[in-house]
Amino acid sequence: MKMKLHSKIYTGLVFAFLFAPIVVMLIYSFNEAKSLSVFSGFSLRWYEELMNDRNTLQAVKNTFLLAFSATAISTVMGTAAAVGIHRLRSKWYRTLMNTVTDIPMTNPDIITGISLMLMFVFVGRLFGASTSLSFWTMLIAHVTFCLPYVILQVLPKLQQMDKALPEAAMDLGCTPMRAFFKVELPEILPGIITGAIMAFTLSLDDFVISYFTAGNGFETLPIRIYGMTKKTVTPKMYALATLIFCVTMSLLLVSNMVDNEDRQKRKEEKANRNHTKIQNKTEEEMQ
Amino acid sequence: MSRKINKVNPYRTALVPYSIWALLFILVPLVFIGYYAFTDNSFNFTMEHFTRFFTATSSVTADDGTTQEVRTYLLIFMRSLKLAVISTAICLLLGYPLAYIMSRAKEQTQKTMMTLIMIPMWMNFLIRTYAWMTILQDTGILNNLLQKVNLGPIHIIGTETAVIIGMVYDYFPYMVLPIYSIMAKMDVKLLEAARDLGCGSFSVLRRVVFPLSLPGVVSGITMVLIPSISTFYISQKLGNGKFYLIGDAIEGQYVANNLHFAAAIAFILMVILLAAMALVKYVAGRCVYGGE
Repeated sequence: MKMKLHSKIYTGLVFAFLFAPIVVMLIYSFNEAKSLSVFSGFSLRWYEELMNDRNTLQAVKNTFLLAFSATAISTVMGTAAAVGIHRLRSKWYRTLMNTVTDIPMTNPDIITGISLMLMFVFVGRLFGASTSLSFWTMLIAHVTFCLPYVILQVLPKLQQMDKALPEAAMDLGCTPMRAFFKVELPEILPGIITGAIMAFTLSLDDFVISYFTAGNGFETLPIRIYGMTKKTVTPKMYALATLIFCVTMSLLLVSNMVDNEDRQKRKEEKANRNHTKIQNKTEEEMQ
Repeated sequence: MSRKINKVNPYRTALVPYSIWALLFILVPLVFIGYYAFTDNSFNFTMEHFTRFFTATSSVTADDGTTQEVRTYLLIFMRSLKLAVISTAICLLLGYPLAYIMSRAKEQTQKTMMTLIMIPMWMNFLIRTYAWMTILQDTGILNNLLQKVNLGPIHIIGTETAVIIGMVYDYFPYMVLPIYSIMAKMDVKLLEAARDLGCGSFSVLRRVVFPLSLPGVVSGITMVLIPSISTFYISQKLGNGKFYLIGDAIEGQYVANNLHFAAAIAFILMVILLAAMALVKYVAGRCVYGGE
């Protein structure tokens, strides 16, 4: 259906609203002067300054270290959990698991952050530590809020999968483990990859939960940005934001491609299957 | 026979790490909010945090210079609720037509628009908010533009309007996406049937499209209301710190190391949110079945 003119205008206005801050950020990151509202000329000055800012670079390293660790742990544990939930026979156990998985997604971030922080502080005090918040507490927090997203990406792939496949593999002598790695894993891999990328970008981007569970010595990028925006901000921060934006965007493009390919493959398979069916039918009829 | 010896179900085992993790790091921490909320610094039972929340007063100077005694936290709470509800309503009013337009567009256009709506979400929310600050400032980009066309500078930053703009901007995609995904699945034949039976465009929208899209509306409202009621950065930056919200209150108590009071506010926030969600679901349920 073709869009009417007023629909087009409306859509255009909404998108102008949505993209205004992004355009501002992109343009002013190349501003020559320090101003964030008057553009006086093109320069790469702020990108250069960014490259010489040790603390920010350390924060970048920290953020990636945390995101990689959190993604690795949540992807493995989340995939295993999805496989487990998918096979659960007891109904109440399944409902319980689904409800619990929903909690970190529906709770406001501030509640998740505060609740984890309170527990860490309490446990830390039990062991007599003056401060218990560190890289490890942040890692636990990040794994916790990434897990539901991995599970929810993998579960539908398991439900789409032909149940007979792993059974056939086991009948042919595979151990359940081997059947999983040889048959199930390749089938659900696109879901795992999408889940992992989601976990990675969420962890990269998270501020609120990190803010409450961060220790003194370990600063991630969003926390550093928060600190920077408390004082006067230079276009350096926009340069930084532009770079992060590009990284996240490219990751998402990759994940989109994986998903599309997967869909394409499914379509082709379905077409092939139908084709074979029709062929068989015509052969039968001819006989 | 050999398989029966292996009594440990491997699929069950796969669930064990996550079950333990969920218990330790999802459920137990929530219990800690309650535990801290009802205890004092030496972990003896007390209700003082709740009494403080409901009775603490402070004096506020209005614009005309008069001073007024107000209940500090109740005021903050009502303000959060008000701003969040307004933002959610604006998101719904702006987002619903957009979702409808999207769902009626060509498939390729739909995909592109989906991606375009998601893109702002990949920019860190601190920076999104900060960018709005530079746009809305008195000497900011918006006012520069307005002055060029002689519409005069307008003062937005530091007002409730600025906070609302920030909230709408940050959570708008959460409203559009669930509504769109329901509308995209809607059977076109139903709309055609309604039209054949004599409905005008508006009646089709009101009698067919709207009731069918309600589940999407409900999840959209939930997904915008929850983060906007509990946000704590937007109000600090766009409201110039003048409009303390419930999230700011929690954060402030955390920074001041009043963990027990912070927990109490978080506890109240949780209870209110649960109640609000139940209400939204109930009202939506009435809309679907009550009319018939």
